[in-house]
Amino acid sequence: MTEPLLQIQGLSRSFHVGGFRSRGVLHAVDEVNFDVNAGEIVALVGESGSGKSTIARVLAGIYRPSNGSIIFEGRPLTNRSNRSARGQMPMVFQDPFGSFNPVLRAAHGLLRSLALHCPELNAAQRKNEAVRLLEKVGLSPGADVLTRYPHELSGGQRQRLGFAQALSSHPSLIVADEPVSMLDVSIRIGLLNVMKELRDDEGVSMLYITHDLASARYVADRMVVLYAGMIVEEGRIDEVIRSPQHPYTRLLMATAPDPRLAPSDLGSDDLGEPPKVINPGPGCRFAPRCPLVSERCLVATPAMVQITPTQRAACIEAKAE
Amino acid sequence: MNAPILSVRNLTVEYTTPAGAARAINDVSFDLAEGEFLAIVGESGCGKSTLLFAIAQLLSYPAETVAGSVFFKGVDLVSLSAEDLRRHRWRDISVVMQSAMNAFNPILTIEAQLADACRAHTDWNGKKIAARSAEVLGMVAIDAVHLKSYPFQLSGGMRQRAMIAMALLLEPKLVIMDEPTSALDVVAQRSLMRQVQTLRHELGFAVLFVTHDMSVVSHFSDRLAVMYAGEVVELGATRGVFDHPQHPYSQGLMDAFPSLVGDYRQLTGIPGAPPSLIAPPPGCHFADRCPCVFDECRVTKPDLIDKDGYEVRCHLVHRKANS
Repeated sequence: MTEPLLQIQGLSRSFHVGGFRSRGVLHAVDEVNFDVNAGEIVALVGESGSGKSTIARVLAGIYRPSNGSIIFEGRPLTNRSNRSARGQMPMVFQDPFGSFNPVLRAAHGLLRSLALHCPELNAAQRKNEAVRLLEKVGLSPGADVLTRYPHELSGGQRQRLGFAQALSSHPSLIVADEPVSMLDVSIRIGLLNVMKELRDDEGVSMLYITHDLASARYVADRMVVLYAGMIVEEGRIDEVIRSPQHPYTRLLMATAPDPRLAPSDLGSDDLGEPPKVINPGPGCRFAPRCPLVSERCLVATPAMVQITPTQRAACIEAKAE
Repeated sequence: MNAPILSVRNLTVEYTTPAGAARAINDVSFDLAEGEFLAIVGESGCGKSTLLFAIAQLLSYPAETVAGSVFFKGVDLVSLSAEDLRRHRWRDISVVMQSAMNAFNPILTIEAQLADACRAHTDWNGKKIAARSAEVLGMVAIDAVHLKSYPFQLSGGMRQRAMIAMALLLEPKLVIMDEPTSALDVVAQRSLMRQVQTLRHELGFAVLFVTHDMSVVSHFSDRLAVMYAGEVVELGATRGVFDHPQHPYSQGLMDAFPSLVGDYRQLTGIPGAPPSLIAPPPGCHFADRCPCVFDECRVTKPDLIDKDGYEVRCHLVHRKANS
């Protein structure tokens, strides 16, 4: 097997919280290991507060990891990585309204990125490439869209522009942080289809960060479920959806709204929230909300159990098939 | 069925724009029975939030109610003066805004903000206000210690529940909710919806709920209205609309979100964008995006026709019904 495109090994990121003298340490991400292979969409799923955006920010170089390493295309990403590595891993942000400069036309970000990352192109070629990228993400006619200001584009169009901009450096991996959660349901699907097309046509890998399991199932190949900064389950998407092993994955599945289910299939009442992981003790972090909790859960953090060659879960109740 | 507590009749709202008047709400009529949960769904720009604001009479320039009436318990809110409206607000009708993050004042405690609403609309003393504040927070499963908390100390889900507690302070007969779940993730969303449902059964208030994500309300609302470009295109019992959507737009919406159950299928969503509200097309507003459009759709506008309490605005459906 070829080497994965991105390997995240033992990644931790903690934050000092509280006042100057406080010893509180918030473990936003704790000992996370997973890979993203070439030409693959991996969904990183979890509630707000689960640490999924922290991982994205570490990848984007906004935060430094407290511990662990990120190996991208066989080379470790160091604290001050060069521009080419960052260009290979652009981000698409959640808020299509806040992530563009309102006084600059759509052409600005695209052409600038092309000038930086594809210095071999001349001005006319850059323009042609920008038009090609826009049409690739379904914004046509591209030449017309180039002259628009962000306020002249709808939320869905802006998010497509975000993907075009990400594509302009010919990346091998796009980190998409909840790209559809602020869009209307009727246009979400269009954008998810764009993500699948980019994977199939341009061979781009994606890390798709979301809390919506149904959209993850629609677009992704593999899924990593995070809870309170730790991976609780990982596997091929069809496997995890068919037989979720961790009770938290089951909770997420039960709460996904789906009108196709009969009302009697509603999940249990759960008012819990992921804990703020400040100075965590031993034991499973999901234990306070877990319906299957037993004394063993409170003593030690459950180890990852390999269920099948491609699925693993961190729960003492999970068993290999 | 109970007598309607709210009757909206031919309500029409226009926004003044430099290019002319944009008709955001066109001739909308519906009834809401006491204790009923009516959900209004549609994409952004379809006028659903404007409709809520028009019903609560919260519109301000450039929006204006140009025709129609909103009867609340027989009183037409459109014709009331500001002072008369104030007497109805919060006591009879309360509003839960979309983003609880911004709806609370960040520099006041929850307690101070609940007390403010009480003082504005009642002559309760401090003791009564404190007792009632603790009581409503308890209803939404927030511990009374959070009365002393500032909004930033609560999580998103708790803040949204605190908003609902505030809306219930004076036991209104109607609670208007504008996308209260859209800033929450799925787990918090589901628990909020369940809580609204439980409280509604206990306290008997009616709910008018606006959302763009119809899957959120699928298990909770009694009736569902689908809006498109300022008009109601389909209105009926929620399960009826979900199981057999008749308008091509509702069918498209139903097909727009992926599912966790069943076989994997490729979805398309609804390509295209809604028409301009300043100069809408002469025929059906949905004609340009409709997969089953025919000649008549581009010429005459279909009427909203009521058949056994189920209303649809579509030439195709009417033609099938007549043949």
